[in-house]
Amino acid sequence: MLRALKLMVTGRVADERSVNLQRQGRIGFYVQMDGQEAAQVGCGLALEPEDWVVPAYRELGVALARGVPLQTLFDQFYANSNDENKGRQMPTHYGYRAYRYVTASSPVGTQIIHAVGLGMAARYKGEKSVTVPFFGDGATSSSDFHAGLNFAGVYNAPVVFFCQNNGWAISLPREKQTRSKTLAGKAEAYGIRGVQVDGNDFAAVYRVVQEARERAVSGEGPTLVEALTYRMGSHSTSDDPTRYRSTAEVASWKQKDPIERLARDLIARGWITEDQFEALQEAARAEVQAAIQTAEQTPPTSPDTLFTDVFKSNPSYVEEQRAELSELVREGVVKP
Amino acid sequence: MTQVTLIQAINQGLRQAMKTDPDVVLMGEDIGVNGGVFRATDGLYKEFGEARVIDTPLSENGIVGMAIGMALYGLKPVAEIQFMDFIYPAFDQIVNEAAKFRYRSGGQFPCHVVIRTPFGGGIRGGLYHSQSTEQLFASTPGLKVVIPSTPADAKGLLLTAIHDEEDPVIFLEPKRIYRTATGEVPEGDHRIPFGKARVVKEGSDVTVVSYGAMVPQSLQAVNAVEKMGVHAELIDLRTLVPLDYETVLRSVEKTGRAVIVHEASKFAGFGAELSAIISERALYHLKAPILRIAGYDTPFPYALENLYLPSVDRIARGIERTATAT
Ligand SMILES: Cc1ncc(C[n+]2csc(CCOP(=O)(O)OP(=O)(O)O)c2C)c(N)n1
Ligand SMILES: [Mg+2]
Repeated sequence: MLRALKLMVTGRVADERSVNLQRQGRIGFYVQMDGQEAAQVGCGLALEPEDWVVPAYRELGVALARGVPLQTLFDQFYANSNDENKGRQMPTHYGYRAYRYVTASSPVGTQIIHAVGLGMAARYKGEKSVTVPFFGDGATSSSDFHAGLNFAGVYNAPVVFFCQNNGWAISLPREKQTRSKTLAGKAEAYGIRGVQVDGNDFAAVYRVVQEARERAVSGEGPTLVEALTYRMGSHSTSDDPTRYRSTAEVASWKQKDPIERLARDLIARGWITEDQFEALQEAARAEVQAAIQTAEQTPPTSPDTLFTDVFKSNPSYVEEQRAELSELVREGVVKP
Repeated sequence: MTQVTLIQAINQGLRQAMKTDPDVVLMGEDIGVNGGVFRATDGLYKEFGEARVIDTPLSENGIVGMAIGMALYGLKPVAEIQFMDFIYPAFDQIVNEAAKFRYRSGGQFPCHVVIRTPFGGGIRGGLYHSQSTEQLFASTPGLKVVIPSTPADAKGLLLTAIHDEEDPVIFLEPKRIYRTATGEVPEGDHRIPFGKARVVKEGSDVTVVSYGAMVPQSLQAVNAVEKMGVHAELIDLRTLVPLDYETVLRSVEKTGRAVIVHEASKFAGFGAELSAIISERALYHLKAPILRIAGYDTPFPYALENLYLPSVDRIARGIERTATAT
């Protein structure tokens, strides 16, 4: 529990700082999970190292729960030369094979069916693991959601579909995304299990995912988990939510802040003191600050990385372009 | 006439079309209450209501498929795909359905959908908010492909797409210049015909063919080489399909040299088609090899987009070298 609180607080601080870094032009873009910490950390901690995570672009809490170091993440936000993704993607779109955390893309929903393939592959290889795709309420309208749940049902794949219903898909409210009463209810049409859970309740999420995981690895089939939560912030740093939702709605969810909730609970139980909660936040701020400083001092991605990883090895015409670009850089015709 | 931006011109064009024809309906993600993530549909939901400005669930194949259905009935749907990078779920609907309805039904079922989508890089959008894949659509028989580069053209081509065309139109909006391309736009019902390129600047030494956000970029390069005594002619294609062969060939016959500039990747890009046409029909006029300046053949990068995209200096160097090659 303490570990969960620490991860959630660290995530919140990292998010807040990153949004500010974007405003100051120090990083290019940012997507925050603000308000979804319990859902993400709860699910992330319920998984085992051998499980696979197939995220969308908002899953900082999951990455932290998987053990991805803050420094690694900030190196990605800065797209610097230590970024393992080599500066190829916008901030928050990352992947780390060592943590079985698959590289995220922007197209919504595409990862859902990948999870089924990963899960089936793991089962074929005799591995006792589950695969968990993360996606939002909006993604449930995608064709890949349909394909994913249908395939998982047909093959009884060891997958836990983790849907964070945060109320909004950019400006589209959940009620306009689908006429279904609940998203979990969609599972029934695919013949799989569907469970709705309070996504702002860390312990509840943890329990639900742990149980779904048990079932999946023991061959009892996939589960669609709908975690009811709320996107407290803007969709991304490019979005202005005041155009489409009321401040009253946001304020009412502020009352259900998952971090406050867990902290209050732990303090009430006497597991931590108010002072320790303060100290934990202070420590998170220091840790985030250090990661930012290091990321900022790390040199940028080298121009030559433009041409690596297109293929395992490049066709000749790509190599010619690589040579052309290095000539242009050398002559100062183009500047990184 | 007042100065407006390219995105405002699109907004004006949509409003104009909706005012004159009640059959024009819009659909897309976040286009209603929010007015579109780039504000192309700003104010239209309020003005025309939710029956005509339809916020859709998150499904591009849903958006285009529904638009096709409406077009079959006889409405004039204008669908927005939020970014061209997200058009691929609708690729089946566009390539297998919209593009082939007329042909497969012996002309009984024309499919007049207009699909607008912002495209191109230069906004630090990385892999999935920057792509230019116009060649995929240009090489599909049955689709028209339009790319404006000025506010006036944006409005005029959009109104032609909606009112005069009876075919599916892929309307690609260079988002990088949504707010930087400004100019006067004729009031009211302004139309620009498809298949008529615009000579942006006349010149005698070398022909530069471009479209979209690379037009202002190329113009800067053309102005730069002018200082070195190279007089380049710059052509803005406006529509890739139908293509204005004549304007391109007439210019190349005059200059004997051709540079093609686009930001889409080079291999099998639209520049390859242009280069082939020039070689097939004007080879004997050429005094130098045709040069294509394009995005490199890698996925669109994030950190290094300034290296990937043709810069003014890279274009200028290419024009200058082609103009002076002997
Ligand atoms: C296929 C596709 N269409 C459109 C978009 C643009 N877009 C990015 S996020 C988003 C909303 C996603 O909502 P949801 O699935 O609820 O996830 P959330 O952002 O709320 O976490 C949209 C429309 C996209 N990235 N991919
Ligand atoms: Mg959502």
